[in-house]
Amino acid sequence: MTQLTILSGKGGTGKTTLTASFAALAKNPVIADCDVDAPDLHMLLHPQVIKQLKFAGSKIAFIDKTKCLDWGLCREKCRFGAITAGLEVDSIACEGCGVCTIICPANAITLTKRNSGYVYVSKTKYGFMSHALLNPSEGNSGKLVTLVRQNAKILYEQENSDLIIIDGPPGIGCPVIASVTGVDAGLVVTEPTISGIHDLKRALRLLKHFNVEPFVCINMYDINLDNTEKINCFCKENSIEIAGRVGFSRKVTDAMVNGKTVLEYAPESDVARDIKSLWQEVRSFLNL
Amino acid sequence: MILSVASGKGGTGKTSVAVNMALSIGNVQLIDCDAEEPNVYLFLKPKISKTKAIEVSVPIVNEKLCNRCGKCADFCQYNALFVGSNEVLVFADLCHSCGGCALVCPAGAISEVKYRIGTLKQGATETANLVYGELEVQKPMAVPIIREVKRHIRKDKNVILDSPPGTSCPVIQTLKGSDFCILVTEPTPFGLHDLKIIVQVLETMEMPFGVVVNRAGVGDKKVYEFCEEKTIPVLLEIPYDRRIAELYSQGIPFSEEMPEWKNKFRTLFENVKELVKK
Repeated sequence: MTQLTILSGKGGTGKTTLTASFAALAKNPVIADCDVDAPDLHMLLHPQVIKQLKFAGSKIAFIDKTKCLDWGLCREKCRFGAITAGLEVDSIACEGCGVCTIICPANAITLTKRNSGYVYVSKTKYGFMSHALLNPSEGNSGKLVTLVRQNAKILYEQENSDLIIIDGPPGIGCPVIASVTGVDAGLVVTEPTISGIHDLKRALRLLKHFNVEPFVCINMYDINLDNTEKINCFCKENSIEIAGRVGFSRKVTDAMVNGKTVLEYAPESDVARDIKSLWQEVRSFLNL
Repeated sequence: MILSVASGKGGTGKTSVAVNMALSIGNVQLIDCDAEEPNVYLFLKPKISKTKAIEVSVPIVNEKLCNRCGKCADFCQYNALFVGSNEVLVFADLCHSCGGCALVCPAGAISEVKYRIGTLKQGATETANLVYGELEVQKPMAVPIIREVKRHIRKDKNVILDSPPGTSCPVIQTLKGSDFCILVTEPTPFGLHDLKIIVQVLETMEMPFGVVVNRAGVGDKKVYEFCEEKTIPVLLEIPYDRRIAELYSQGIPFSEEMPEWKNKFRTLFENVKELVKK
């Protein structure tokens, strides 16, 4: 099985734009949108949902007011400040740990499952897609990412696919870790800005820690050629391959407005050409 | 006043808005809550005066007292403990530090130790104070870092919190307790989609908010239509401007080189103050 994760550290560097284009260029891919907080890939790939399931990722404390003796031990022992002065559960603060359930002398508190979001299996014109939506303000996105990846693996087996392409979330925390563990390669999409470079380095350290083969793409490289050169030097010094660079183009935004990948919207454009040659490098990096 | 800057989608310009606003108003404390990728200091370039380890409490098992009953692992909702036949394994990175395992252990074999997950840094420029936390690479949980940096909020200052992207736990931890939230978006379908999600979060939290449209001029008009429909105030528009993008790429807050923007950010801040009073 070959799995590729697109990540970036910094948000807004072009992960989803590139993932959608790769989906269009790849032969028989399965696509997984692991940015479950703010998934955007569906707006370019227009998946038709085949299967939808509720996701109960975490639990929440429930206080049975008919049994509660108003002692307030729950409030005292909760380390998340999730029991209010009126001994109600603050649903946003509660992490579902269950300490209150064992501390309550009246046995008035239980843990209940909360509906944290939905997982979807869908079909796009380029291949099957596994995706999800976490309810706003829910936790446990790492768990949901793992579920999206499990579904992608099942689709991969069923469809005799060649590749799972994973669109990762920004950052380097739990959902990103869940998106990169056990994949064959991580393509870090960076931009030639000082924050882009800073976040690229942290993303590369994360991949190294989890033994994922890294390579890099410089998006909007012509915004600052000095910084692009700095990224080139840094990658050279650290023996990290640069798979390609993609120029800045307003066609990317125009394509998005039209709900299309940039390859569909402007197939003859410079940016489409850059993406195609980037894809050739990605393919050879993955031995596809 | 505590003001947070959030977005849903990453890369819309949260840090840029937070930093330029901070440099345009006085008596300000900037708190960078994006512990996974803290970037504010790259633009503010403060002199760091204080560095401190951020630690959480995780269980440690006294194997001599432990009778392998397994109650701790049964209790733990995060699978941070595994009771083997010879020893108990603790997966510190999965632990949420609730303290429940020590409470349920009938043998009194579990106590807690400190576990480092990041670093707190404090610094200042001539006009602004900065506090930020840096999550160590490979550590999954940013929430305790955010909790720690927020302990340093100084209520006598104009406090600006720069939020991480997304809508899940780290964002909620950042927004909690703010008087107002500025949502930075871009006028594109991705920008609008993620704006709608974060608006739901703020409505649940019953927090007043307004929108700053960054890169105005690209994309379409649907963000404006959404704001009008929901009567969300559009507080400021920052046009798509190659010069702004270039300054950003060099780590220069654009209001430093384009001083006419200082007034606009001051007005933004004053308008927010008025909205909070209402």
